[in-house]
Amino acid sequence: MDQFILQILNGLDKGSAYALIALGLTLIFGTLGVVNFAHGALFMLGSFCAVTLSKFLSLSHKVVDETRTDFLGNPLQVDVPYVHDWFGVATGDAIIDWAVPLSIIFAIPVMIGIGFIMERGLIKHFYKRPHADQILVTFGLAIVIQEVVKYYYGANPIPTPAPSAFKGSYDFGVLLGFDANAIIYPYWRLVYFFFSLVIIGAVFAFLRFTTFGMVVRAGMADRETVGLLGIDIDKRFTIMFGIAAAVAGLAGVMYVPINPPNYHMGMDFLVLSFVVVVVGGMGSLPGAVAAGFLLGILESFASTAWAVSNLPGINQVIIYLVAIIILLTRPRGLMGRKGVMEE
Amino acid sequence: MLGLEKKDFRLLLIVIGLTLFAPIILNPFPAGSEMAQFNAGYPDLMQRFVIFGIFAIGFNILFGLTGYLSFGHAAFLGVGSYSAVWMFKLLSMNVLPAIVLSVIIAGLFSLVIGYISLRRSGIYFSILTLAFAQMSFALAYSVLTPITGGETGLQLALDDPRILGAAQTASGNIPVPALFGLEMRASYEMTVGAWAFTFNVGYYLAALILVLSFYMAIRIFRSPFGLMLRAIKSNQTRMSYTGLNARPYTLAAFVISGMYAGLAGGLMASMDPLAGAERMQWTASGEVVLMTILGGAGTLIGPVLGAGMIKYFENIFSKINSQVLHEWFGFLPDGLENFVVTIIYPFVGKGWHLTLGIVFMLVVIFLPGGLVQGGQKIAAALRRKKTDDANPGATKPAE
Repeated sequence: MDQFILQILNGLDKGSAYALIALGLTLIFGTLGVVNFAHGALFMLGSFCAVTLSKFLSLSHKVVDETRTDFLGNPLQVDVPYVHDWFGVATGDAIIDWAVPLSIIFAIPVMIGIGFIMERGLIKHFYKRPHADQILVTFGLAIVIQEVVKYYYGANPIPTPAPSAFKGSYDFGVLLGFDANAIIYPYWRLVYFFFSLVIIGAVFAFLRFTTFGMVVRAGMADRETVGLLGIDIDKRFTIMFGIAAAVAGLAGVMYVPINPPNYHMGMDFLVLSFVVVVVGGMGSLPGAVAAGFLLGILESFASTAWAVSNLPGINQVIIYLVAIIILLTRPRGLMGRKGVMEE
Repeated sequence: MLGLEKKDFRLLLIVIGLTLFAPIILNPFPAGSEMAQFNAGYPDLMQRFVIFGIFAIGFNILFGLTGYLSFGHAAFLGVGSYSAVWMFKLLSMNVLPAIVLSVIIAGLFSLVIGYISLRRSGIYFSILTLAFAQMSFALAYSVLTPITGGETGLQLALDDPRILGAAQTASGNIPVPALFGLEMRASYEMTVGAWAFTFNVGYYLAALILVLSFYMAIRIFRSPFGLMLRAIKSNQTRMSYTGLNARPYTLAAFVISGMYAGLAGGLMASMDPLAGAERMQWTASGEVVLMTILGGAGTLIGPVLGAGMIKYFENIFSKINSQVLHEWFGFLPDGLENFVVTIIYPFVGKGWHLTLGIVFMLVVIFLPGGLVQGGQKIAAALRRKKTDDANPGATKPAE
């Protein structure tokens, strides 16, 4: 039983990332009808927003510390971050420590801006082209973004730690009445899970309870009629693209402490996220979220020693296997709508 | 001639000529000169040109004709490579049985995958092929290590139980792949003045197979079967309303292109007898998509051009480093030189992927027919200009 709970917990953080990326993909597909292969690149850009901010906050200048000497007997030079000068030592340290969560504030406008530029500059011209063309052009864009990031940040993963308050693990075993250390779970993964729940909830609430969201949902159902009613639906869809980009970016920002970002992480996640979207059902937001968590948890169950010893290699292929089975038995995915992508 | 129209026959002749004289055409700069690094006429690279050309021709039969975008074709290439290496290990070092087996195995493999994947179309088909290819990659990398060699890849060893032929040569080395005694790596060097040309056995075998595959592709394009495939691309619904079942045709196209991929994989293993799982990864599948689109999907010669261009970029363009750039722009004033080099540097050398990505995007946006369409447009524009000059005003409509 404790193993069972542990595997569910382990699946949650990866599942959260899948769910967030798949949610953004589905938003774009549902509103604009565009298959965006560059969505993984947006996730990666979000991660690098966090890396950039944490590097920026750690920028420092050298100050000679008179009280200490180095091994040659000269006065020691100490690196003093600029934030120490601006906010004092204690606040400055706290800011550096909390760089990753702070990046959220920085990443939202950046990602929305990138989303706007992408949609207005490129994707707009591809509404009428076949899906294959959309896949190809966004695939090319993903390569370009990837290479630009590689040029500036290098090819190696850049570790960026979580705030020290969230280091360590929480012992669920004690809470649930099992032995101590039976179920331990890192704090940051817990944070990531709740963060993703908040984001998913916010997106759904936005679509459900605001007038803007209502118009967008109407546009998803019947774009032409909404346009005939005198509503500029294109403008709203562009904003939705920005929001989808921000969702992917935030998923990336918070994932940084779990997985040090490198330039090709976007592609790795993209392939799986597409599988998630297809399993959930093209164009279905709840489907994307449910499938994200489901596949994350399944993947973690397949990685247990028991599963691997009985079915060798199952941990590597479980997601694809599930996708194949679902696509062949339920072509619309778990919660797909009728008439979406059925040419 | 050979059952081809005049235009197609001319195209075939051009391809034959290009492949025959490639060692000379690709070495335009004297050996030892400063520009010699742009010579692409060395056997390893030329083999890659033709092998990926075959791969792209096969992919084009599926994507260019039926419009089904497969993101998992590298799996067939990988399977072909593995079966060829196993043939070397178990039967003989002759490349012929190895290549034949790799085509057959890849064909069977693509029959299974195609039968399942083709039940869906559009993006679902792309995801299914991607899923199958990633599964094959993951399995080849981990569980199937006894068959595939796992992370290190499948290699020949000194104690292979070869039925025909010895496990070791007299000098105790691993024998090399050969065609009835003609070693694949054997080369004939020719020096003409300052120029050095290498004529390699392996290259010419691969080139011969490329020409044959190209001929096959032309015949498929011009056949009633090819017409059916085009009908699937333009309007599958209408096709099924006229009482034709599209499935057998798409499946046949899928298997044919899978066999082409297996052929390329078998050739690759024949040139260099090892096979690794990374050949099956989805980035490798993406590469053949890039080649086909870049050259021109649905055209005959396009995929070969695209394959050549990408492999040239990968091997030659990537060698330009900042030092070379500084030499080129040395004639400029220092400040300007540094400025120009700084601007260009991210796009060459290690950054060649960036250039590739940008070129690819531009092609998809502005030239959906690829480089071939671009060439045709330029040719058409030139022709129009010429006629305009010849009799001005004659072609303009009266107003």
